Amino acid sequence: MMTRIMAKGYLWFLLALLYSPILIIMIFSFTEAKVLGNWTGFSFKLYSSLFSGGMHHSLINAIWNTFAIALIAASVSTALGSIAAIGIYNLRSRARGVMNFTNNIPIMNPDIITGVSLFLLFVSFGISQGFTTVVLAHIAFCTPYVVLSVTPRLKKMNPNIYEAALDLGATPFQALRKVILPEILPGMISGFILAFTLSIDDFAVTIFTIGNEGLETLSTYIYADARKGGLTPELRPLSTIIFVTVLVLLIVINKRAEKQKKE
Amino acid sequence: MRRRNWSIPYALFLLVFVVIPLLLIVWYAFTDEEGALTLSNFRKFMMHPEAMNTFIYSIGIAIITTLVCLVLGYPAAYILSQKQFKTSKTMVVLFILPMWVNILIRTLATVALFDFLKLPLGEGALIFGMVYNFLPFMIYPIYNTLQKMDQNLIEAAQDLGANPVKVFGKVILPLSMPGIVSGIVMVFMPTVSTFAIAELLTMNNIKLFGTTVQENIYNGMWNYGAALSLIMLLLIGIMSLFTNEEDSAQNESGGVI
Amino acid sequence: MQQSNYIIEVQHVSKRFGEKVALDDIHLNVKKGEFVTILGPSGCGKTTLLRLIAGFQTASEGTIKIAGEEITQTPPHMRPVNTVFQKYALFPHLNVYDNIAFGLKLKKTPQQVIEKKVKAALKMVGMTDYEDRDVDSLSGGQQQRVAIARAIVNEPEVLLLDEPLAALDLKMRKDMQMELKEMHQKLGITFVYVTHDQEEALTLSDTIVVMSEGKIQQIGTPMDIYNEPINSFVADFIGESNILNGTMVKDKLVHFAGHEFECVDKGFGEDMPVDVVIRPEDIYIFDPSDAAQLTGVVTSCIFKGVHFEMLVQTQEGYELMVQDYHSFEAGREVGLLVKPFDIHVMKKERTCNTFEGKMLDNTHVEFLGCSFECIAQEGLEAGDKVQVEVDFQHVNLQDNEEDGVLSGDVKFILYKGNHYHLTVFTDWDEDIYVDTNDVWDDGDRVGISIAPEHIRLNKL
Repeated sequence: MMTRIMAKGYLWFLLALLYSPILIIMIFSFTEAKVLGNWTGFSFKLYSSLFSGGMHHSLINAIWNTFAIALIAASVSTALGSIAAIGIYNLRSRARGVMNFTNNIPIMNPDIITGVSLFLLFVSFGISQGFTTVVLAHIAFCTPYVVLSVTPRLKKMNPNIYEAALDLGATPFQALRKVILPEILPGMISGFILAFTLSIDDFAVTIFTIGNEGLETLSTYIYADARKGGLTPELRPLSTIIFVTVLVLLIVINKRAEKQKKE
Repeated sequence: MRRRNWSIPYALFLLVFVVIPLLLIVWYAFTDEEGALTLSNFRKFMMHPEAMNTFIYSIGIAIITTLVCLVLGYPAAYILSQKQFKTSKTMVVLFILPMWVNILIRTLATVALFDFLKLPLGEGALIFGMVYNFLPFMIYPIYNTLQKMDQNLIEAAQDLGANPVKVFGKVILPLSMPGIVSGIVMVFMPTVSTFAIAELLTMNNIKLFGTTVQENIYNGMWNYGAALSLIMLLLIGIMSLFTNEEDSAQNESGGVI
Repeated sequence: MQQSNYIIEVQHVSKRFGEKVALDDIHLNVKKGEFVTILGPSGCGKTTLLRLIAGFQTASEGTIKIAGEEITQTPPHMRPVNTVFQKYALFPHLNVYDNIAFGLKLKKTPQQVIEKKVKAALKMVGMTDYEDRDVDSLSGGQQQRVAIARAIVNEPEVLLLDEPLAALDLKMRKDMQMELKEMHQKLGITFVYVTHDQEEALTLSDTIVVMSEGKIQQIGTPMDIYNEPINSFVADFIGESNILNGTMVKDKLVHFAGHEFECVDKGFGEDMPVDVVIRPEDIYIFDPSDAAQLTGVVTSCIFKGVHFEMLVQTQEGYELMVQDYHSFEAGREVGLLVKPFDIHVMKKERTCNTFEGKMLDNTHVEFLGCSFECIAQEGLEAGDKVQVEVDFQHVNLQDNEEDGVLSGDVKFILYKGNHYHLTVFTDWDEDIYVDTNDVWDDGDRVGISIAPEHIRLNKL
C-alpha cells in the first residue's frame, strides 16, 4: 500500500515536471501582458486577437501554410506509401530487404541530416526553394511511416483472401478494391494521421527546405519569433489550443481503443 | 506476381529523395567549392578547436541527458507497466502526450518556466529542457518491453526463491535491456543532433553541434557543413550499429518475449 | 511433533476477485507423496487454487498449511513448493543450465553442487547434454522438460503443475504423461496437478479433485470418481454418460425412461426426483428378446477404434448412448439391458429454480434484477418479500436477447436423453436452470422470459 502511494507520487511528480512549462503558457494565455510572467488580470484578449488576425497577418499565414503542407504531404504520402507497401510485400525477399532498409533510413536519420541532405539535393539541381520543396521534403520523411503502418496489416491479412476474391469472379482490380483495401484501410488511416502530425510538428527539415522567399510555417514562425527575443503573446493562446486539442484527441482515441479491446 | 511492380514508383522516389541526397552529403564533404576532391573540410574540423569542442560538448550533454532520462524514466516505466500499482492507461498517454507537442513550443515553454521561476538560463536550463523534451522517448520503449514481459517469468522467479530485489536484478532488469537500449538510442540521437533549442534555452550562450552544422549550411559553407553532417552521421551510425547487434542478440535469445 | 500426515491442508479457503467468487470455502487435504489432480472446466477455480498454494495470490479467507506450517500470507519465494507453468515461463535471457540453476544459485549453493544437481535433473527429464542450449532453440516438449527440471532441482516438498501438457500435441502429451508418472514415483514428492483433461486426470492421479464454479464437487480415487460420480456434473465431466431424470419409487427401485428398474441404491425416500447415470459401456445391446428392459431403434453407429458407439432411440422417446464391441447398424431394432449395480442414482441438487423476490404491485414481482408479470395472489402486496419458484421446463429462451425480460449466456449443457438441461448465467450474475428441447450452444447469448402463470410465489 505504502509503496503504491510512493510509486503514484513519483509518477505525479514527473508529470508535474513535464507539464509545468505547458501549464505556465496556458495560464498566461489568459492575460494581456506582453512579457510572460506578468499577470495583468484575466482576459481573453490574446485569443480574440489571435482569431481576428489583423495585427499578425503572418502568423495566420503561417498557420494556413502549415495545414496546407500537412494535408498535401499526408495525402500524397498515404497514397504513395500504401501502394509501395503492397509492392514491397510482394517482392522477393532480397529486394524486399533492400527496400525495407532504404525505407528505414529517413526514420533512423536525425532530422538535421535529412534536412541537410534534401537542401543539398535542391541546391545541386538548382531548384528554387519554397512551398513545393517543403511539400516534397515532407513527403520524403512521412512516407516511410505510412509504409510501416500499412505493412503489418498486409502481413496479418490471410494471403488467400485475394485469391478467394479472384476465384469468386472478381477482376484483379475489384479484388484489390473490395478485399485488400478494406483490410489495409486502418493502417492507411493511422499512417495518414501520423504523417499529418509529423508534418505539422516538423521544424528541422522545413527550415532547410523552405528557402528565403518569405514563406513561413508555424514552426519557422515560432523560431524566428523566439530568436527575436521573445514569444509573440498570441503564440500563448495558439499553443494552448494546439495542446488541448492534441490532449483531448489522444485521450479520446485511447479510450476508444480500450473500449474496443474490452468488447 | 505483377503487383511487385507497385514498389517501383516508391523505389524511384527513395532513390531521388533519400539515397541521392545522402550521397550528395558525402560528395560535398569530400569536395571543395570548385568540385575538386579534397580532405580539407575534415582537416578544418580537426584543426578548428571551436568546432571540435562543440562536438565533444554536444556528446557530453547528450550523454548526461540520456543518463538523467534513464534514471528518471526507468522507475516511471516500471511503475506504469506493473499491474500491482494499478495505474491507468490514461496515465501512460499523459506521459507520451508531450511528444506530440511541437518541440519549439515545448522549448519556449521551458524558457517561460525558468523566467517565471526567476531561474537563470544556461547549462541547467539546457539539460532540463533536453530531459523535458526527450524523457517520453525513454519511458515509452522501456514501458513497452516491461509491459510485454510475461508475468509468469516473475512468478517463476519468486517460485524458485527469489525475493523482490533478486526478481528485479535477475529477471526484470535483464529482460528489459532491449527497451533500455532503444530508449537510450531514442534519447541520445535527437539530443546529439538537435539544433535551435540550445540557443533558446541558453540565451545564445551555448552552441551545440547541430547548430554548427546549420549555421555553416546557412552561411553558404555547404562543403564544410556537409562534412560536419557526415561526422554526425558517422557517430549515429556507430551508435545504431551497436544497438542493432544488441537487438539481434536479443532476438536470438529472447525473440518470443 | 507430527501434527498430521498431510503435506498440504487447505482449510475454509475462499478467494474473491471483486464481486466474483473464484473459490468458495475450499477444503482439501493432500497426503505426503500423493499425486493429486485438480480437475475441472476452465474458469472453475482450479488454477486459482494452485496459485494460492504457490503464493502468487493470497486467499480472501481461510488458511493454507504446508507440512504443518501455516503459509497463507507467506510470499512465494519463501514457500517450500515449486511450480511448473503452463507456458513454461523459462527465462529467455538464460540458457538451459542457468535456468535450472536459478533457484540453487539464489540459495547460494556451492558451484560444484549446483553442477551436479543440474546434471542430475537434466538426466531425470531426459535432456542430458542440453546445458548450453538457448531455451528458445528448444521444442515445446523440450522446454517443458527444462521447466520441470528447473522446479525439481530445488527438491521442493510439493511440485505444482499448472496444465503443464496443455500446449503439447497429443502424441507428445501421452509420452510426457508416462514420464511424469515415472518421475513422481522416483522422486517420491507430492505432485499437485491442474488439468481440464479428464483422461489425463484418470491416467495420472492417485486422487482426483473435481471442481466446478469455485467449489469442490468430489474428491476420490480415479475409480471412485468414474464409477460413483456424486452428481450429474461429475458424471458428465468424467467419461461419457447417459444422464436421465428419474424418480426413486422406493428403496432399490427407480423409475426412468418410462420403466421401473431394480437398482442397489436406497435411502432416498419414496417418490423422490433423482438423476440417473448409466455409463454407455454398461448397457447391454442385443437383438430384441424377452430379456430386454428397453427396446428401440439404432439411429447412428460409429466405429471408435476399440468399440462401437451407438445411439439408440427407445420406444418411449429417450436417446441413449451405448458402447459395445459388436456393431448394430443404424435402423436396426435392438433390445437394451442394464444391470442393477450399473445404475447410479444421485440426489438432485434442485428440482426447480428458486429466487428471492419482491412484489412490485399485485401483478408484478421483481427477481433476478428484473420485473416479471405474475398472477395476482391473495395476501401479497407491493413490497412483500417472496420466494419465487419456476420449473425448469417453464423458462423460455429466445434467440433474440431483446425478446426476453433479461438476458444471459448458456454456460453448461447436459443432455438428459429426451431433453437438454441448461445452466444459463444471467446478467444479474445468478444462474437459472432450463429444460428445453431446443438445441443451444455453449456461450449462446439468449433472452429469458417466463409466462405469468408459471411463476409460483410464496410469502416469506
